[in-house]
Amino acid sequence: MEMPAPDPKILERKPHLLARLRTVLPEDALIHDISETRAYECDALTAYRCPPMVAVLPASTQEVSDVLRICHEEGVPVVPRGSGTSLAGGALPTEDSVILGVARMNDVLETDYDNRIIRVQTGRTNLSVSGAVEERDFFYAPDPSSQLACAIAGNIAMNSGGAHCLKYGVTTNNLLGVTMVMMDGTVVEIGGAHLDAGGLDLLGVICGSEGQLGVVTEATLRILRKPEGARPVLIGFDDNAVAGECVSDIIKSGILPVAIEFMDRLCIEACENFAHAGYPKCEALLIVEVEGSEAEIDSQLGKIIEIAKRHNPVELRESGSAEESAKIWLGRKSAFGAMGQLNDYMCLDGTIPVSELSMVLRRIGELSKEYGLPVGNVFHAGDGNMHPLILFDANKPGDLEKCEAFGADILRLCVDAGGCLTGEHGVGIEKRDLMLHQYNPQDLEAQMAVKDVFDPQWLLNPAKVFPLGSSAPRRSA
Amino acid sequence: MTPESETELAQIVAGLNGPVCIIGGGTRGAAGSAPALDMSRLTGIHLYEPGALTLVAAAGTSLAEVDAALDAEGQRLAFEPMDHRVLLGTRGAPTIGGVVAANISGPRRVQAGACRDFLLGVRFVDGNGTVIKNGGRVMKNVTGYDLVKLMAGSWGTLGVLSEVSLKVLPKPEAIQTLAIAVPDAARAVGLMSDALGSPFEVSGAAYDPERGQVFARIEGFADSVSYRADRLSELLARWGDITRPEAPDLWSDIRDVRGFADRAGDVWRISCRPSDAPGLAQKAGADALLFDWGGGLIWALMSEGSDLRARLGGFDGHATLVRSNQATRAQLGMFHPQPAPLAAIQQALRTRFDPQGRFNPGLMG
Ligand SMILES: Cc1cc2nc3c(=O)[nH]c(=O)nc-3n(C[C@H](O)[C@H](O)[C@H](O)COP(=O)(O)OP(=O)(O)OC[C@H]3O[C@@H](n4cnc5c(N)ncnc54)[C@H](O)[C@@H]3O)c2cc1C
Repeated sequence: MEMPAPDPKILERKPHLLARLRTVLPEDALIHDISETRAYECDALTAYRCPPMVAVLPASTQEVSDVLRICHEEGVPVVPRGSGTSLAGGALPTEDSVILGVARMNDVLETDYDNRIIRVQTGRTNLSVSGAVEERDFFYAPDPSSQLACAIAGNIAMNSGGAHCLKYGVTTNNLLGVTMVMMDGTVVEIGGAHLDAGGLDLLGVICGSEGQLGVVTEATLRILRKPEGARPVLIGFDDNAVAGECVSDIIKSGILPVAIEFMDRLCIEACENFAHAGYPKCEALLIVEVEGSEAEIDSQLGKIIEIAKRHNPVELRESGSAEESAKIWLGRKSAFGAMGQLNDYMCLDGTIPVSELSMVLRRIGELSKEYGLPVGNVFHAGDGNMHPLILFDANKPGDLEKCEAFGADILRLCVDAGGCLTGEHGVGIEKRDLMLHQYNPQDLEAQMAVKDVFDPQWLLNPAKVFPLGSSAPRRSA
Repeated sequence: MTPESETELAQIVAGLNGPVCIIGGGTRGAAGSAPALDMSRLTGIHLYEPGALTLVAAAGTSLAEVDAALDAEGQRLAFEPMDHRVLLGTRGAPTIGGVVAANISGPRRVQAGACRDFLLGVRFVDGNGTVIKNGGRVMKNVTGYDLVKLMAGSWGTLGVLSEVSLKVLPKPEAIQTLAIAVPDAARAVGLMSDALGSPFEVSGAAYDPERGQVFARIEGFADSVSYRADRLSELLARWGDITRPEAPDLWSDIRDVRGFADRAGDVWRISCRPSDAPGLAQKAGADALLFDWGGGLIWALMSEGSDLRARLGGFDGHATLVRSNQATRAQLGMFHPQPAPLAAIQQALRTRFDPQGRFNPGLMG
């Protein structure tokens, strides 16, 4: 993966920069020794690493503003960082950059059940936002599988989703307001506890902008009352295509499940060996979960089972207890871990129209044979967000490159099927160079024009999202 | 200027030598005095997949055509766009592009989300006549910046929409409304907070002070609706007597603010933190009020020319002038002024997308 060469002038002035940062940050918030900056050399896309020049851990919006103002004056690139769980290399530093981590900013600032909102500092982890409102049976809906670790900061930057967004939407649908620091240190407030922030929808464009428009330090999030209960049904099929048709029929029927998860044979077997969830041996497995009272759940699952039966399932298992539900989910939730036991893997994130499911799965199977690399599929079927996991051996020379080429083919396939490169993980560096497959130069130009407005010098999280060739004139300007 | 294709639209825009007003159905009261760029001939549903809950249509397609296509499959636009003709006395056929450009949502916004939350993709022509696409037709898409959201609610000031792609949802089998008598806004908002903070998926919560009633709506499968309506009634019983009115037009009347339609005065729309609503309503000194979104949306009928924003002072939210005469509109502006740094960002975005200021000049600051 190509990254821009570090600017020697910036590297030379490191002592000067440190001296200036010391005037606004306590010593323990300033990390500059190579033995320690290494902790920030990568995110969850571990194939690419580069320690930053400096890492800072500010404790307030004011400190963030001071740091950005100084970096802006010094012309130093800044890479915002939450918990570093990005799968796209979104938080990968460059050698001449300052990592700005918000992990120390994790307070709850306001909980307001009457207005159904919570305001937090963005270093707070996703799960602990729900944790903060659990006492009153509320929760924060977007639930990335990484929710124990990932921060709201990263969720906003990536517009993260999760298994339950079929019903509740992704981050952007649950975000009401932010405090954001612009690259020059200006602090802006957008939105608040009201619906639909005034003026142009800046909140909408900041969410998902991968840390390139500003550093988000506080967020107002919508919280919801927990449903009375939830229960899944597990449905096995001996054909991927039939499972896909079943998904379509369920969606069309008017039932809105909270989740429809899909696994193919390789994943089913890996999960079964890993988690012993009692999964059947079959080609495709659906886990469909619905919510409500016991009676409502019974009635909805009844309808779903009726639909499923029309597709000749080889297995139909309705959960009868919390224990059985947990078991059904256990396998799915350990999918990444289970695949990791088999080999190194690369997790893709393309989205396709649900109607193209069987064609895309078939084609991925063919490509898998051509490349000689196995691939397992586990994904959010209700919204067509696929997660093909390509297995490879990082220690085998050439395997990573082969895997990346295979991955790129799959993502191009998703786009050609009417979908997109990434449904929830973001572009980062990983899909940067594929952007021109989905968008033409004018489309990208319009997006880069937004960046020009927020960060005219292109100092925030440079070399991400846009192909290097497309952004070069701006980055060097 | 009435383009019939996107290519023609792009040519027209590229050849402009002065400002234009972009008009869909012309029903939303945004048109200024510049020559019209009439979008009503750029029509057609390009794709509709009920099994994938997606619909793609040319921006000039009438809302009626979209609704009819969805209706035939038992689906709908869940964000419940209001019909401004009732309130503004405008004529014409609302277009889907107009709905999106103005981010029009109705009572269900409080539960299902706004128009922008259902918008999956756009194609538009910028001020240079360049065709730009963003997003697509799939439910989840974080590929690059989300210009889709930026275009929703931009009222044409960044570009002319040529195509929109929307997520649609099934129509519910049953609908039940509870009506609860309450004496004042404070209690009404308290009640609505209880309802919306319950697990019973309330899809509308409005308070009409003139009728002295709060309305709470539940939708879904019949057995589930009846169960939830019972449980919600138990929960809300402490607030007052509960009835279950059979009024088929109740929610469309709330959505369209029909109660203000034939009454003189300016109409304002205030988006606020719901619990602030009673206090704001008091400050407004309005002739009539209607509370939607659990109090998060206040419709205020004001005597002509009153500066509502001055009366409200600073608050968590914004006030839009929806109906007034031209002079008031010119004096107060339709949209709430933004704080300086945000106004600067918006102006800069506008200059980027529409360098010569061709589109709807004067509309959004
Ligand atoms: C095992 C595993 C499972 C996962 N499952 C899911 C899933 O189900 N759904 C999903 O959507 N994602 C998933 N992810 C991806 C990842 O967890 C999300 O992208 C997450 O939101 C990243 O959050 P973070 O705090 O770790 O961000 P980081 O990795 O630290 O940063 C991510 C991006 O956010 C930017 N950023 C960070 N902080 C700020 C800030 N304060 N202001 C502005 N920009 C900022 C960074 O520059 C970077 O571009 C998974 C990852 C792993 C490792």
